[in-house]
Amino acid sequence: MATPKEAYDIAVIGGGNAALCAAMTAAEAGAHVLILETAPKPYRGGNSRHTRNFRCMHKTPLGPLVEEYSEDEYLSDLLKVTGGKTDEHLARLAIRTSEECLPWMEEHGVRFQPSLSGTLSLARTNAFFMGGGKSLVNAYYRAAAGLGVDVLYEAAVTHLELNSDQIEWVDYTYEGQSHRITPKAVIVASGGFQADTDWLTRAWGEPAKNFLIRGTPYNRGVVLSDLLDQGVESVGDPTQCHAVAIDGRAPKFDGGIVSRLDCVPFSIVVNKHAERFYDEGEDVWPKRYAIWGRLVAAQPDQVGYAIIDTKSLNLFMPSVFPPLKADTLDELAGMMDLPAEKLKATVSAFNAACGDTNGFHPTELDGVTTSGLIPPKTNWARPITEPPFYGYSLRTGVTFTYLGLKVDETAQCSTSSGKIKNLWAAGETMAGSILGQGYLAGFGMTIGTVFGRIAGREAAAYAN
Amino acid sequence: MQTDLIQEARRQAEICNACRYCEGYCSVFPSLHAERAFSDGDITQLANLCHNCRGCYYACQYTAPHAFDLNLPKALAEVRRDSWESFAWPQPLARRFHTHGGAIALALVIGFALLFWAVRAIGSSGGEGFYAVLSHNAMVAIFAPAFLLPLFSIVFSLRRYWAEVGGKPIQMSDLTAALKRAGKMQDLAAGHSEGCNFEDEDRFSQGRRHIHHVIMYGFLLCFASTSVATIMHYVFGLHAPYGFWSLPKLFGISGGLLLTVGCGAMALLKQKSDRDLGDPSAWGGDIGFILLLGFVGLSGLVLYALGSTPLMPALLAIHLGSVLTFFLLTPYTKMAHGFYRLAALIRDAQRKRDVSMVR
Ligand SMILES: Cc1cc2nc3c(=O)[nH]c(=O)nc-3n(C[C@H](O)[C@H](O)[C@H](O)COP(=O)(O)OP(=O)(O)OC[C@H]3O[C@@H](n4cnc5c(N)ncnc54)[C@H](O)[C@@H]3O)c2cc1C
Ligand code: HEM
Ligand code: SF4
Ligand code: SF4
Repeated sequence: MATPKEAYDIAVIGGGNAALCAAMTAAEAGAHVLILETAPKPYRGGNSRHTRNFRCMHKTPLGPLVEEYSEDEYLSDLLKVTGGKTDEHLARLAIRTSEECLPWMEEHGVRFQPSLSGTLSLARTNAFFMGGGKSLVNAYYRAAAGLGVDVLYEAAVTHLELNSDQIEWVDYTYEGQSHRITPKAVIVASGGFQADTDWLTRAWGEPAKNFLIRGTPYNRGVVLSDLLDQGVESVGDPTQCHAVAIDGRAPKFDGGIVSRLDCVPFSIVVNKHAERFYDEGEDVWPKRYAIWGRLVAAQPDQVGYAIIDTKSLNLFMPSVFPPLKADTLDELAGMMDLPAEKLKATVSAFNAACGDTNGFHPTELDGVTTSGLIPPKTNWARPITEPPFYGYSLRTGVTFTYLGLKVDETAQCSTSSGKIKNLWAAGETMAGSILGQGYLAGFGMTIGTVFGRIAGREAAAYAN
Repeated sequence: MQTDLIQEARRQAEICNACRYCEGYCSVFPSLHAERAFSDGDITQLANLCHNCRGCYYACQYTAPHAFDLNLPKALAEVRRDSWESFAWPQPLARRFHTHGGAIALALVIGFALLFWAVRAIGSSGGEGFYAVLSHNAMVAIFAPAFLLPLFSIVFSLRRYWAEVGGKPIQMSDLTAALKRAGKMQDLAAGHSEGCNFEDEDRFSQGRRHIHHVIMYGFLLCFASTSVATIMHYVFGLHAPYGFWSLPKLFGISGGLLLTVGCGAMALLKQKSDRDLGDPSAWGGDIGFILLLGFVGLSGLVLYALGSTPLMPALLAIHLGSVLTFFLLTPYTKMAHGFYRLAALIRDAQRKRDVSMVR
């Protein structure tokens, strides 16, 4: 499509899940909608293209979801991970609405599949998209096109002009030129700022330069910072981000799910001085996945090394990069650039602290622990003795940042002097309104779907 | 087998194994996710299980320009074609026809020539209908070996395939499970039965699946027609020509119609598809095969329609020539796919049986 000459009721900024849900809902309400997506078509869909499921409340079995997942159980799961830093009103709204989202998603072309092998624990709580997030995004782009929504790829929004209580215009660049449009209403769904390494470094400090970004390189927070500079109300802590430990060989951006490493509970993890720094067996991996991002970030050069021996190799999901493999610890240390003597000493000390391993059980907290070791390894502690030995490097992989736009239950944005009458926000860019910290698997897509639809509905009502 | 093709498919399979997002689409992924490392035989089996529905390509977040450069449908199509060529026997014929539509056309011309020559040189010693042009005995003398030799060759190749993929003794339940999947072309329909992504990027459509049904059942009807006629001839002493309301005619005409229409539609549909999501080098051979198959159907119909005109002898030679070529080339063209795919589905049924026994 060329530069739009027509007048649009609504401009939606971003091309991921939240943006598409908003655009389709608004178009169904009769609005003429334009999506401005900064990515080129093959990379459309932001972080949403990397997702695999969304968390969905249900009173009875629903689609692929078995049994029941009540509002209260969902909320208590959420409160557990956020340590109480949750806006309960908005959280309940998201949770309650998630149930009607599933059939709505199906009507708009999304298909579900049973929970993936290796993720059985989520079969009750999370509905998996057939083909993953990219096929969801594809289905939505088709449905949106069918509803008359126009899409402009490689259109980077640079500025929204805020004049007291309303957005006057939207500036974006397209094919090397600046353009200005004046829609009646604007929906911001352009994600967080994690792909802007400079901003991340300002918030986090120098270590952030070594972080990898698990998702899209296009979520650079341009619109977010533009709005914050103009006094739009924000929420969330700029130093907070969702980060996990991923394979250190992953690309800087867009490595996605396959760079995930599940070996930690069966390994010892050392830093670049070949010293252990945390209990690798503290809890089952899905519950500890997220803290290891921070643990690794706190180590010199923001890097860790997980070491296992041959008896543990098949206990966890394979990852995309095969592990380094060596017949001796000396050799492995050489391959990983670790001080060999120190590594051998660390491993011997760990091995010596291991006790009776007969109770070893890979999928349960088995209490097979070290004794007298600091830090201890409190489960799955088996000596590392059987060659070949395998090593993975670990780095911090950022999923998204929490700092965002503050919204109310109608997804509307505001300044200190009140509501902005034609500005709404949805998805990651406002997720901080609900989540102060921590993260619950599958909640990102729930927030985007619920608040995207609300924003679309409200903006269309305003524009009509 | 070409190790570079297998290696590329293996590289991609390892990425999929860490991802698993496509698990619900087809038989390939559950089979893939059951392994941690992939032998050449595993990759060959996965390649022959893959129906090239392309669902996993459009769903993939790692396709080019991403550095991981995923294109599993293509990688598997290339291994698949290479596996057919490598298992084919005798080898000198193996690598001619999959990648060269022109070679198929040339073979067809030779087929025509042979039949015209046969009509002239052998002719008939009296007989009715077609047998007035070429005697029944002559037809049998030409077509019995033309049918049995390729069959022998295919059996030989399938045994090689079976050894390569680690197949076990076949149970009845394996066979019925495989025939059920093939009969519905389940794997061309994505996990949600809405078809494949063939003619319009990521749009799901039943086009390819339904057209395949038309061709496959058309072919099976034609085959049934010939088989019934053979039985009528030898067992019941009922000799051709048969009337319109006879089984051979009813099967033959309906099958011929389906085959002609189906192949025409398939050739057109293929023009809309992205060649780079299949094996680009096999494009010409595939089109050649589809046209040859369609021509067999069409020439049979024309022969039926104009069977009582003076054109008949020439039309008979043309039709029989195309049938001859089609049969003889079966082990060396896309026609081999039906056999290999059925074998792969049987092998997969065995794998599932093993898994359910372990549980
Ligand atoms: C590897 C990975 C796996 C994940 N898995 C899950 C999961 O299984 N379930 C789950 O719920 N969550 C998951 N998440 C989190 C989830 O991706 C997000 O919560 C969700 O996708 C956010 O959707 P969104 O629409 O707000 O943002 P995005 O999908 O990131 O969309 C933002 C869009 O804005 C565009 N954009 C940015 N700046 C501009 C600009 N200036 N102008 C125009 N456009 C702009 C981007 O190109 C992009 O299209 C995962 C994240 C990652 C990285
Ligand atoms: C066991 C039974 C069969 C199975 C499982 C099967 C499967 C498939 C699949 C998956 C394709 C598409 C992918 C590809 O191009 O390779 C295909 C294509 C095709 N099949 Fe079959 N098939 C079977 C039998 C047959 C039969 C009996 C015929 C007719 C003689 C036939 C004719 C065709 C044709 C013409 C194509 C198109 C080729 C192309 O696009 O290049 N198939 N088949
Ligand atoms: S094709 Fe892509 S999305 Fe599908 S399983 Fe493989 S890597 Fe994952
Ligand atoms: S192309 Fe279709 S059949 Fe082949 S692996 Fe991908 S999803 Fe499965």
